Amino acid sequence: MTGDILRAEGLRKQFPGVLALDGVDLSLRAGEVHVLLGENGAGKSTLIKILSGAYHPDGGRVLMDGRPVRIRSAGDARALGIATIYQEFNLVPQLTVAENLALGRPPRRFGLVDRARMERDAAGLLARVDVRVDPRTPVGRLGIARMQMVEIAKALALEARILIMDEPTAVLTTGEVEKLFAIVRQLRDEGVSIVFITHHLEEIPQIGDRVTVLRDGRSVAEVPASTPHDELVRLMVGRPIDQQYPRKRARPGEPLLKVRGLTRRGVFADVSFEVRAGEVVGVAGLVGAGRTEVARAVFGADHYDAGEVTVNGRRVPPGDVHAAMEAGLGLVPEDRKGQGLVLGAAVAENLGLVTLRDATRAGFVDRKGQRSAAAKVAGRLGIRMAGLDQEVRTLSGGNQQKVVIGKWLVAGARVLILDEPTRGVDVGARVEIYQLVNELTAAGDAVLMISSDLPEVLGMSDRILVMARGRLVGELPAAGATQDDVMAMAVAEVEGGRVQ
Amino acid sequence: MAVSSNVLVQRRSPVALWLAENGALVALVVLVVGLSLLSSDFLSVTNLLNVGVQAAVTAILAFGSTFVIVTGGIDLSVGSVAALSAIVLAWGATPAGWPWPVATVAGLAVGVACGLVNAVLIAYGKLPPFIATLAMLGVARGLALVISQGSPIELPAQVAHLGDTIGRYLPVPVIVMVVMGVVAAVILNRTYAGRAMYAIGGNEEAARLSGIKVDRQKLITYALSGGFAAVAGIVLASRLASAQPQAATGYELDAIAAVVIGGASLSGGKGRALGTFVGALILAVLRNGLNLLSVSAFWQQVVIGVVIALAVLVDTLRRRETS
Repeated sequence: MTGDILRAEGLRKQFPGVLALDGVDLSLRAGEVHVLLGENGAGKSTLIKILSGAYHPDGGRVLMDGRPVRIRSAGDARALGIATIYQEFNLVPQLTVAENLALGRPPRRFGLVDRARMERDAAGLLARVDVRVDPRTPVGRLGIARMQMVEIAKALALEARILIMDEPTAVLTTGEVEKLFAIVRQLRDEGVSIVFITHHLEEIPQIGDRVTVLRDGRSVAEVPASTPHDELVRLMVGRPIDQQYPRKRARPGEPLLKVRGLTRRGVFADVSFEVRAGEVVGVAGLVGAGRTEVARAVFGADHYDAGEVTVNGRRVPPGDVHAAMEAGLGLVPEDRKGQGLVLGAAVAENLGLVTLRDATRAGFVDRKGQRSAAAKVAGRLGIRMAGLDQEVRTLSGGNQQKVVIGKWLVAGARVLILDEPTRGVDVGARVEIYQLVNELTAAGDAVLMISSDLPEVLGMSDRILVMARGRLVGELPAAGATQDDVMAMAVAEVEGGRVQ
Repeated sequence: MAVSSNVLVQRRSPVALWLAENGALVALVVLVVGLSLLSSDFLSVTNLLNVGVQAAVTAILAFGSTFVIVTGGIDLSVGSVAALSAIVLAWGATPAGWPWPVATVAGLAVGVACGLVNAVLIAYGKLPPFIATLAMLGVARGLALVISQGSPIELPAQVAHLGDTIGRYLPVPVIVMVVMGVVAAVILNRTYAGRAMYAIGGNEEAARLSGIKVDRQKLITYALSGGFAAVAGIVLASRLASAQPQAATGYELDAIAAVVIGGASLSGGKGRALGTFVGALILAVLRNGLNLLSVSAFWQQVVIGVVIALAVLVDTLRRRETS
């Protein structure tokens, strides 16, 4: 086994009630990009937390350069040259880029922090990851893509030999992903070994060398990155998935949602569109194009300055979530944990959140009725849980997302706005969500779907709206459209805008 | 997917689960058993009733605080509001000469009004609850002193009966405590307002995006806290038959301690009326027991501080283990 910089053998990790890892092997060569693939809950997070010192395994061992090592803390991991970039970044938003890069070990002169040197060092690191940003900028002002680059630069500052990246592409647009891949390849060529977690199968041959597939806490296969998608999916879920995008297009009916001239100064302007009964309208665009902002305004979560929203013929007043709900709108927000769920509450509570008011008579909530409605929807969505009383926090990402969608089903929403509905959701649950979208539209409801996942937008929409710089720049039928068509619209307008 | 990922649920015995969920109750039982072994006086009927009376004011305040803490807020003003409400009642009845029912309603209304002012500052003024209610702590206490000119005011006899004992074994404060506890439990478990409190405390933004009018619910929450504080203040005054402007000073901290010992989380979304009840009993039993064992008042403070820290520590460790 020469060439292996890191080996994990037979790792086991038991949590109360859950066996998270049950015999996981991983071999990482020097200078390779090793993809870790598996559904949510398969054990990927637990594995990387063991490698980064956050958890201690109950069984098995980790070897580096052939010698067993003990990684008991984040400090141990750092000393061994292992750096991890989690989905939630470990950056302090109020501090500058330079301060973040030197966090915990700032260069000192006469016992005081040497800011000039700190900023010089930072500039050097930023150049290595090809990010042009002033090291004195507070990190909180950067976009997600550049924050991620700062995280990578931080790993470089620690001279990491192993870089673990947990779904780094989940929050990036296509262009940003390309840039990330270029940096990852460059690091690989410099001899850094990278453990790369992704849910996007098409990224695997682009960036990976080998793939380890995890399923139910076991490593079930180690295959080359060129393995066909079907085979990877089969390994991951233990059975083949018939169709990745099972959209059944229906003939659209009457317009259910009409948006006219929606404008919020400095954010979006003159946005007009319709969504018809039985229709899925996709909204594509770069991150920051204003898609989420428009969705939130339509739903009444934020105010807007001009324009009007009509649902099923009823005018919805601005900035009134309750009225939007009554009219039949539902929003599945982009930030599931932050805005969609009460994580510490039970599945039943979350499913009943929207209907709490309707289930109230003279101040008293009909909790039995709420519970049976929740049970019905949980069954329909196939939410995998120990029971309705399970805390939502402990569900996998896909099942959490089903709960967010489910609360709108309980409420009988006619127009669902889905903002990045499958981000961080595994393949199996993803197809289930698509099937649900099909069911809803078949029953005459309408779906507005914002997504940065182009194959998803193309595969699941009937029509696609493209946004750039706060404006609607184009519309095209999904049938026959290609990713290039959509991206051309999204990007062209941005560059035009920059010239102004 | 026939086999769902990683859910190999190991069933723990129902008894173990119940014990883990009701740690405060277990602690109370242990405390009672321990004290009855250490002191022969502890388990007497008179002493236990005494404990109940001592617990009553803290418990009623703490029930009100439970609402606020469940929403993820905090109410530091309840001690002062309790005193102000009692003073307004007594002042209304005696110097101002209102009929006692009017004075009582006025006292309760003042408590609710203080809560509403807190809520307006928090929900619409966007002040942190800590600051808004800290300000009210000062304002309400000050007003109590202003109205009473710094001296106790006699309570109307009809209201002072709240401090009596019915027959030999039924102290009215204990009855009021139990009633208020049941009311709190019903509000928290059964009403829209209560369920909305849990949602807001669990995730305010998710609650708002689910159509819950968060600002309006906060008004209700703090108004309830103020109302419960008023009841507590009146009960406290009735035991002395007079309203005192300096009464209930520092009680807000006991109330918060009772809520937290009872298993609520200061970050919101968790807490039960029964837990709070047990928390208030633990504090009262502890104080009573330490008195019986002739532990000095100075050391009592040390012991109670340690108990609060331990209670929360045990709870935190347990949660870390199960999550």
